[in-house]
Amino acid sequence: MIWNEEYETMPREDLAALQLRRLQAQVERVYAVVPYYRAKMEAAGVEPGEIKTLADIKRLPFTTKEDLRKNYPFGLFTVPLERVVRIHASSGTTGQPTVVGYTRRDIGIWAELMARTLSAAGVGRGDVVQNAYGYGLFTGGLGAHYGAEKIGAAVIPISGGNTKRQITLMRDFGSTVLLSTPSYALNIADTMADMGVDPKSLKLRVGVFGAEPWSENMRDEIERKLHIKAIDIYGLSEIIGPGVAAECIEEQKGLHLMEDHFLPEIVDPDTFEPLPPGEDGELVFTTITKEAFPVIRYRTKDISRLIAEPCTCGRTFFRMPKVTGRTDDMLIIRGVNVFPSQVEHVLMSIDGVEPHYQIEVNREGSLDTMRILVEVSEAIFSDEIKQLEGVSRKIENEIKGMLGVTCRVKLVEPKTIQRSEGKAQRVIDNRNI
Amino acid sequence: MKVEQIAVFLENRSGRLADISQTLADHDINIRALSLADTADFGILRLVVDDPARARRILKENGFTVAVAEVVAVEVVDRPGGLGAVLQVIKQAGLNVEYMYAVITHGKDKALLIFRFDELDRAINALLKADIRILSADEVYSV
Repeated sequence: MIWNEEYETMPREDLAALQLRRLQAQVERVYAVVPYYRAKMEAAGVEPGEIKTLADIKRLPFTTKEDLRKNYPFGLFTVPLERVVRIHASSGTTGQPTVVGYTRRDIGIWAELMARTLSAAGVGRGDVVQNAYGYGLFTGGLGAHYGAEKIGAAVIPISGGNTKRQITLMRDFGSTVLLSTPSYALNIADTMADMGVDPKSLKLRVGVFGAEPWSENMRDEIERKLHIKAIDIYGLSEIIGPGVAAECIEEQKGLHLMEDHFLPEIVDPDTFEPLPPGEDGELVFTTITKEAFPVIRYRTKDISRLIAEPCTCGRTFFRMPKVTGRTDDMLIIRGVNVFPSQVEHVLMSIDGVEPHYQIEVNREGSLDTMRILVEVSEAIFSDEIKQLEGVSRKIENEIKGMLGVTCRVKLVEPKTIQRSEGKAQRVIDNRNI
Repeated sequence: MKVEQIAVFLENRSGRLADISQTLADHDINIRALSLADTADFGILRLVVDDPARARRILKENGFTVAVAEVVAVEVVDRPGGLGAVLQVIKQAGLNVEYMYAVITHGKDKALLIFRFDELDRAINALLKADIRILSADEVYSV
């Protein structure tokens, strides 16, 4: 099912012409309205009028998360607040969240993109969509919600958590579609088994999963355990939220990039030179229709590549394979972005805690677990167990409070965490995604 | 009246206890009493030794994490009810035992009990009032 034939199956030449027009308008607008962008473009020696072809995009400076942080909270908005109807924010990577805003038109486009995404997964009117993405500042819940309503499906805005209730409602309301993170889908499957609910007795048909990296093995597991088709979607709040790219149910092979709204590039993560389709590199996006919060050449740090070969589903948009790697040290744990520096920040804020730590990430059953090894110091060591357990619990609570992720702290002896000459190995990721 | 006890952090790893006792042995330090408290993640080895100051320094020099705490060593008759009599005094004084361990045979028909209290001085007073014998630090170190 193609939601918007006109755009989704547009001939590539027409698409390129549309993209160029939109890109030129966007670049002109941010140059005129946002002093920060103007200064960056002036420093790079480029003016809006010099963007004459799509290839000229490489003359424009990149935007990074650092740029967004420097302009916290609304410095990169290109419309006055009176025109902003929604504000979302990331969890905050170093204490400073990334804030994104939407005009009414932006919300409309976002709903359109999620409508395309859900249609590509074969979801439509008459479906009962159980939306288990988190509602709130996180873009997942509301982004998916608006798209599901747009296609005329009945939405259950249940948000994440409360797994037994999810399953009860799934059974009682006859949910046909599940929207969640892939790891939560597996959690639901395991809980179903515990509750003695046979997925084959449910009407659940398809799941649309995103917000964290997952493997083909995990897809097989979800499809087998929940007896559904598992569709991958991609998005990030800096670009719009979910709905930046989506798989079609026909192929389930690569995610179609919504190229009429976002210009994708793959760049060499070392030289930042653009790479041709087929080559792996860092995914970079320029939003060409966003009003409130456009970004120019935003570096996602996600590793992927562009697939130019046409898809049998009829969509002409390029595809990208599942994102499974990062160019930085960011971890995604149960849908939450975690940087080791954040963990370090929390540890350093606790008196007497040593700066020597290591983060261990495992997948236990279907859930990601984070364990932090922390070296004890004399300052926190005591002859009483309850004191030491108090220190562990305090760190666990602070991490949960600051990052929103549950972790377990294990105290270890001093000097047992490996020291390295250069960059410390802070993370041991055993998940094999 | 107060005895210095040293506590050593022990990761649950094979050989760590052996490393500590070897380090102490290499420096001729004699262990008078010990207990090992363990959790799923780590253990705490509590030691009363003949020279706590030196033991502490040596263990630290060898990379162990050490804490010093004051404990009370109580001598009781080694027969049924010996421990009970002491605990009764503590209970009546409304005090709480953080932890304790015992050296069952200590001299002739005597047992040695090591107590860690939150309110150390009050505990000592209560024990003294009840005519319970508390060993001096020197007595314990040279047991």
